[in-house]
Amino acid sequence: MNIPVLKFDAVIVGAGGAGLRSAIQLSEAGLKTAVLSKVFPTRSHTVAAQGGVAASLGNSEEDHWRWHMYDTVKGSDWLGDQDAIEFMCKKAVEVVVELEHYGMPFDRTDSGKIYQRPFGGHMSNFGEKPVRRSCAAADRTGHAMLHAMYQRNVKANTQFFVEWMALDLIRDSEGHVVGVTAMEMETGQVVIFHTRATIFATGGAGRIFYSSTNAFINTGDGLGMAARAGIPLEDMEFWQFHPTGVAGAGVLITEGVRGEGGILRNSNKERFMERYAPNAKDLASRDVVSRAMATEIKEGRGCGPNKDYVLLDITHLDPATIMKRLPGIREISIQFAGVDPIKAPIPVVPTCHYQMGGIPTDYHGRVVMPRNGDFNAVVPGLYAAGECACASVHGANRLGTNSLLDLLVFGKSAGDSAVEDIKGSKAHRDLPKDAADYSLSRVAAIDNRKGGSSVAEARLAIQRTMQDHAGVFRFADMLKKGAAQILEVEKQVMNLEIKDKSLVWNTARMEALETENLIEVAKATMISAEARKESRGAHVRDDAVDSPEFPNGRNDKEWLKHTLWHREGNKIEYKPVNLNPLTVESVELKTRSY
Amino acid sequence: MERAAYERLRWRSIRRGMLEVDIALTRFLDEQFQSLSAAEQQAFVELADFEDLELWHLISGQEVCEDPRLAPIVAMLRKS
Ligand SMILES: Cc1cc2nc3c(=O)[nH]c(=O)nc-3n(C[C@H](O)[C@H](O)[C@H](O)COP(=O)(O)OP(=O)(O)OC[C@H]3O[C@@H](n4cnc5c(N)ncnc54)[C@H](O)[C@@H]3O)c2cc1C
Repeated sequence: MNIPVLKFDAVIVGAGGAGLRSAIQLSEAGLKTAVLSKVFPTRSHTVAAQGGVAASLGNSEEDHWRWHMYDTVKGSDWLGDQDAIEFMCKKAVEVVVELEHYGMPFDRTDSGKIYQRPFGGHMSNFGEKPVRRSCAAADRTGHAMLHAMYQRNVKANTQFFVEWMALDLIRDSEGHVVGVTAMEMETGQVVIFHTRATIFATGGAGRIFYSSTNAFINTGDGLGMAARAGIPLEDMEFWQFHPTGVAGAGVLITEGVRGEGGILRNSNKERFMERYAPNAKDLASRDVVSRAMATEIKEGRGCGPNKDYVLLDITHLDPATIMKRLPGIREISIQFAGVDPIKAPIPVVPTCHYQMGGIPTDYHGRVVMPRNGDFNAVVPGLYAAGECACASVHGANRLGTNSLLDLLVFGKSAGDSAVEDIKGSKAHRDLPKDAADYSLSRVAAIDNRKGGSSVAEARLAIQRTMQDHAGVFRFADMLKKGAAQILEVEKQVMNLEIKDKSLVWNTARMEALETENLIEVAKATMISAEARKESRGAHVRDDAVDSPEFPNGRNDKEWLKHTLWHREGNKIEYKPVNLNPLTVESVELKTRSY
Repeated sequence: MERAAYERLRWRSIRRGMLEVDIALTRFLDEQFQSLSAAEQQAFVELADFEDLELWHLISGQEVCEDPRLAPIVAMLRKS
């Protein structure tokens, strides 16, 4: 078959915050740069971010990147690589100021500086007291960020391919990445992008869970493509959950609701947080509340026909207070839970929110994997940034507002590394003869299969399996069962059938291809989680509990290491955590407590 | 509505930036869209081209839709 080949210096898959930031570096360096996106750039999931972006500008009070670094290492439960964390926290001021120059309308102080507000886990003076470090643009931080960077790219002549879906990486016989295959949705045509640099910025994969705050688009395509191309995925057992997502829908109910007096109740109408956290009760920290909810549900005290959620009750609050202090919450509840919270409690569950793991990179944004005894050997021609990548700065647990920072810093450095590598190389490497065959055969299999399984059912099977076996609180027996079950679900996913066989604009085919990515992330998560026999950060097991020897269930002697999951044979290996920052002293191991 | 146009609209409804908008538009497409007049369907196509935040502000009633052609569709999105 004759497959069209488009030649670019660089292709960036993804037009969210990370993709747009790296594209600026490439286009402004005069390189011919393509950006692919499943949706119009400003419709990327980054648009949902409201809380802000962290940077120790010190505009509202004294702050220092070393304090930010300390908080990030501690937040990561010491699983973050300290070279990458130092790099990110140091660079934060520069990338935020750049963003301001691109036209980002940050909130301002009276004197015209960027206004900063406090955010959970960000402290001054090495964990002493909360500090104002988050920079925001009202409730539209992500939206404004995407707009500012999209405009900058348009000026720099970045070429956008909108409503295109990347399918697979192309690697030559020496393992160099020489481009990607992609499908134009409007025509159904598969095309080869032949490049000298390929950057993945495809965002997270939060849709592997049944209950997720992530938009439907977060299907982990970059992770699926990397895994199929033989690149391992790092630390995939670590997912951050938010305690209160609307049951069934996932839409986030802010912590503010409990702050205003909201109470969590089980099927006996009991205020169960009194048992788990007698002092803080419903205001205990996110992970404590989430675990208590999961325990109530597991022990049969959940509500509803399937006993699979608990209730967030604000019926005792004055309706005027609800309307004034919690705007939008009543509307979310009516729209997505079908209840008016003034009259009835809101069904909620701990809900998947953020993916800490991803495609392994160094702090230059270059993708790395073990080769010949080197844990961090570069995969030439491939870069990754944003939520799909693992640098690793978030380790076992991300601090809020550090992910927008991550995508700015590592988006930029991935772009810079690509520019450097392209300028240091002579020409495009040859495309393998069979460059598109793998993608074409995957598409043909979906198109031609009869009597296969339905996409919606297979996707639901993934989500149910993950939610039930590898949720916010993990049980050894459930993880074992889950690892076996997800491999059964994989068979279903490898046997997808679509009824619509049309070539042009076939959304069923797109969803089938996404589901083939979702399953890779699901397997990586389940198998990595089953294997890690300790509790750390967001990975909490019932058989690794707090003890004098292992505070919070964390076991540094055996488990202070990164997981690498390989698709081939579901093999797991581990690599050391980098405890050595670039210029300062290491943040020493300690128990994580706030 | 012609098949390709519908499929394009479907993609632009089921793959949004915000989960709130994903759910609202997907639900509308599945439950109400087919029974609309051609003019109403066209109005929904236009709404689906709005930015996510704009749409969410309309669906959640934080803003009011002034356009007499689009307002009835917004009302249906809110109720659904
Ligand atoms: C509700 C919510 C609120 C949040 N608030 C904050 C906050 O206040 N502060 C903070 O720091 N973090 C926040 N986060 C996290 C943060 O928003 C994300 O981690 C971040 O925006 C991810 O950006 P990204 O550029 O990596 O990916 P995205 O913005 O998700 O972009 C991914 C891009 O990849 C494209 N893509 C994917 N697959 C393909 C493919 N196969 N082919 C072509 N294109 C593809 C998509 O079209 C899209 O353009 C929040 C998250 C959620 C869910």
